[in-house]
Amino acid sequence: MNIGYFPGCSLTGTSKEYDMSLREVLAALDVRLDEIADWSCCGASSAHVTNHLLSVALPARNLQLAKEQGMAEVMAPCAACYNRLVSAQHEIATRPELKGRVEYVLEQKIDGAVTVLNIIELFQRIGTDAIAAKKTLDLDGMTVACYYGCLLVRPAALLGFDDAEQPQSMEALIAATGAKTVDWNFKTECCGAAHSIARTDIVVDLSKKILDDARAHGADAVIVACPMCHSNLDMRQRKMKNAADGHADIPVLYLTELIGLALGIEHKKLGLDLHFINPGPLLARAARKEVAA
Amino acid sequence: MKIGVFICYCGENIGRTVDCAAVAQACASIPGVAVSVDYKYMCSDPGQNLIINAIREHRLDGVVVGSCSPHMHEKTFRKACSNAGLNPFMFEMANLREHCSWIHDDIAVGTAKSIDLVRIAVEKVKRNEPLTPIRVPVTKRALVIGGGISGIQAALDIAGAGFQVVLVEKEPSIGGHMSQLSETFPTLDCSQCILTPRMVEVYQHPNITLMSYSEVEKVEGFIGNFSVTIRRKARSVRADLCTGCGDCVQKCPIKKKAYSEFEEGLAFRPAMYVPFPQAVPNIPVIDRAVCTYYKTGKCQACVKACGRGAIDFEQQDEFVTEAVGAIVVATGYKLYTIDKKPDDSQYKGYGEYGYGVYKDVIDGLQFERLASASGPTGGEIRRPSDKAVPKKIVFIQCVGSRDESKGFSYCSKICCMYTAKHAMLYKHKVHEGEAYVFYMDIRSGGKGYEEFVRRAIEEDHVKYIRGRVSRIYEKDGKYIVRGEDTIAGMQVEIDADMVVLATAMVPQPESAVLAQKLGIAYDNHGYFVEVHPKLRPVECSTGGIFLAGACHSPRDIPESVSMASAAAAKALVLFGSDVLEREPVVAKVNESTCAGCFYCQKVCAYNAVERREIRDRAGNLRKVVAYVNEGLCQGCGTCNATCPSKSVELIGFTDEQLYAEIHALA
Amino acid sequence: MKMPTSTWNPKIVAFVCNWCTYTGADLAGTSRLKQEPNARLIRVPCTGRIDPVFVIKAFESGADGVLISGCHPADCHYNTGNYHARRRWTLFHNLLDFVGIDSSRLHFSWVSASEGKKWVTVVDGVIDEIRARGPFERYQKANSEFALPPALFEAAAKEVQQHA
Repeated sequence: MNIGYFPGCSLTGTSKEYDMSLREVLAALDVRLDEIADWSCCGASSAHVTNHLLSVALPARNLQLAKEQGMAEVMAPCAACYNRLVSAQHEIATRPELKGRVEYVLEQKIDGAVTVLNIIELFQRIGTDAIAAKKTLDLDGMTVACYYGCLLVRPAALLGFDDAEQPQSMEALIAATGAKTVDWNFKTECCGAAHSIARTDIVVDLSKKILDDARAHGADAVIVACPMCHSNLDMRQRKMKNAADGHADIPVLYLTELIGLALGIEHKKLGLDLHFINPGPLLARAARKEVAA
Repeated sequence: MKIGVFICYCGENIGRTVDCAAVAQACASIPGVAVSVDYKYMCSDPGQNLIINAIREHRLDGVVVGSCSPHMHEKTFRKACSNAGLNPFMFEMANLREHCSWIHDDIAVGTAKSIDLVRIAVEKVKRNEPLTPIRVPVTKRALVIGGGISGIQAALDIAGAGFQVVLVEKEPSIGGHMSQLSETFPTLDCSQCILTPRMVEVYQHPNITLMSYSEVEKVEGFIGNFSVTIRRKARSVRADLCTGCGDCVQKCPIKKKAYSEFEEGLAFRPAMYVPFPQAVPNIPVIDRAVCTYYKTGKCQACVKACGRGAIDFEQQDEFVTEAVGAIVVATGYKLYTIDKKPDDSQYKGYGEYGYGVYKDVIDGLQFERLASASGPTGGEIRRPSDKAVPKKIVFIQCVGSRDESKGFSYCSKICCMYTAKHAMLYKHKVHEGEAYVFYMDIRSGGKGYEEFVRRAIEEDHVKYIRGRVSRIYEKDGKYIVRGEDTIAGMQVEIDADMVVLATAMVPQPESAVLAQKLGIAYDNHGYFVEVHPKLRPVECSTGGIFLAGACHSPRDIPESVSMASAAAAKALVLFGSDVLEREPVVAKVNESTCAGCFYCQKVCAYNAVERREIRDRAGNLRKVVAYVNEGLCQGCGTCNATCPSKSVELIGFTDEQLYAEIHALA
Repeated sequence: MKMPTSTWNPKIVAFVCNWCTYTGADLAGTSRLKQEPNARLIRVPCTGRIDPVFVIKAFESGADGVLISGCHPADCHYNTGNYHARRRWTLFHNLLDFVGIDSSRLHFSWVSASEGKKWVTVVDGVIDEIRARGPFERYQKANSEFALPPALFEAAAKEVQQHA
């Protein structure tokens, strides 16, 4: 299976481990990533709050590149990238005058659409059976809370691959790894997102509520599929003063890392040593049981 | 043919801009015109006598009056023709006033146009056929579908006027949702206390045949002449032997396998049950899905308990056919459940409120049962999960209603009022409790309604917060209700012990199926549609079928009762005459050329096109052709224009007549 | 009354439904709203009754323009007749040019019983437009060339009647 790949800026920087683990896991599952040559910013964050045209033109450019490079489907692991690519495609398809302006600024025609997938959809494509078949480590010692955040499932009318209020797709995938998932309240609650730098206090407050609820429902790790969520939940834990509340730190793993663990991929290759909150103790517990070959 | 043309001056109304004498003179030369005259006022008695005398004198077999709009005086002149012994349908009108003299200034223009208009009418009348009004007999019996308060009211009104009524209710007892309510707004009088006597009245009324636990299976016929097949579902209890003692219900060992429908799932009921103690008729039903006998054949507890031998496990559904002349549809509503819906539902559920997983997040009818003295808690407000008395309740209005993103565009109308009532009842029962209401707008139009809401706010100190709730989640045994206070402009979180959702009213799930059986219109939500929203609000476009209550649109008890009485009055108007007479403008099929494609059937809005088998003398089927039921046909002529072989014609507006009119312009 | 753009008076056949447009035209009359005098109304119960052939017949009979008008969508007296009409006209309009009739000579409108003013605007608009296009001579000429001479037509009609 070949799939177009749009990494986005985060996966080459702050969430390098998402990229590392993604490549490892997909290689193990016989999926080849064709990275879009000359890809650029997806138009999220700064672009889409300052200039609407830019926030549509940038993703349009990337998708046009993908199209020209012969890709029918593009997977964007970052939730923000995914959201932007899908939204831009929708806007171009429904607003001819905007399409004209985008074509003008890009100095090229936009022809046809490319199917944009997120990481969950890609794993759904691969299938839980394929994951289970390649599993070498049963993660049933782990209980995790799946955190979807805002961008992966909203706006529901546009993305619609899962319920926007009570999503379940990540849970279904994780079942294949053997890990248990909890039913909790804040799956789609706001983590504070890009306020991380300017208003760290807000992010710490919001992210703490999310982690507290995951912990209260018995999770010993939080699984995410978004670099922004990860940095807020992982990096900002230091400021949450967990110890003062008598709480243990709670590791935050990418979905790809969790699946990588089940597939028996080395921790270092998955970038598990790159997190602020050390998942080591948790992984030590989870690693006790190997799948009989 | 001998046609008479009569040109009216209408005083000066036509005469000012049309040279009427010249028109009459010119029309005299139209082939077929035997007499052409003008007169000051054709509609006056002398004018009409002029026509009558001319018909007699010249033995006219067609009349054209050039005067005003047919909407004004067509009936007048038809009657004049009839008085002279001419078939009234051998008459046409040329509209020389509204369509000519009043809209043109130039007398030459007006005169020329008038001649054209008369010529068109003459050409048409030449091809008119003598017709007789269609007369259909009226069966003076009514069917009422639905035994809620609307159906009860309609049935009592019709029966009270002396006509027979068949009342069909699909549940084991009549009473509907009103029987579940604790108190009613704005008077807070007990719902059961005012309803039960009416239920008993229905049961004892000599003119009402009550068929509970029954459903309408098939409807045939048309206004005045319906034939309705009713499925009488097997109760497994013989109504003729049962005394309603309830011993069998007491002895039924299957106590906790089925939730009580009447208690809205807040309590169990046995496999052998009556929905509620005041049920009418007070005859139990066996729920075969949970009864041990129907599973293993082992249990006979009810048989042993029954001293009358009324239990009949072998009972089958029975079908009865009733002839009625009018049908009142009063199937009521359901509350929209916020549980996750299947993907094909047009309504999206409320994931943000937990899709119904939280036990203490209940709907309005469930709260009614909690507040009701006859309810599962004996009228004490206790939350379903742990039976604790909630210290803080949040009521959320417009759950579904007015929420396009969830698939509802409409206002459910009753929720503002019942939520105020709920909050009030709670405060009356739990004095130290706190009640919050999240609302979008307060819609309290109605006698004493606004005052009622003010009472809830001012006297019972219910806290109203204007805003929507974005999420409900459980935390440490509390339900955290997070919403927006749009007046204060801030986010609020309330740690409630219980949440009551005023979920949208929706029609009964089978309403579309019933509408198709009845041949009546329904909207995209399944609400039945009236002919005219202002002037004919209780009549369906299909003659003889009337609407009552919430099956038409969300409405409260007083409105439902008024509508039911209105529907009954409409049925009684129908019963006022022995035969119905209507214009013979209906479609007719030429059976010899009809190829049986039934395109006409597809375009007919009234289900008036039926299939008729043509057999030879030996009884072999030769072909199947279309047949237009005169009782149902409303005469739009869409079938006529659709028919590929021109085998169906609209009498009074046939192709030949219309071609003649077109051709008259050449 | 508006000044006509030319003195030529076109023949306009208007097929109107009884419940909305005919009544709307009545209202225009009751309101004394002056109109161009060229339209001849043919009243049918519903636009659903109007057979596309009527339009062709009208042109054959010498009409320079045809107007069809009925109840607004969702307001049909017969519930759905106007929807059927609308579908029919959407298709038929595309076929008109094919059969040799300039489709711009056929006009559609929805005029309700309360839209007397609109009726005037519609009628005058159609008449203006047809006037701008001139007489529909091409079709009428072709039609007369291919039509049976009146004498032959009469004879044929008689024969048909005898056999009937």
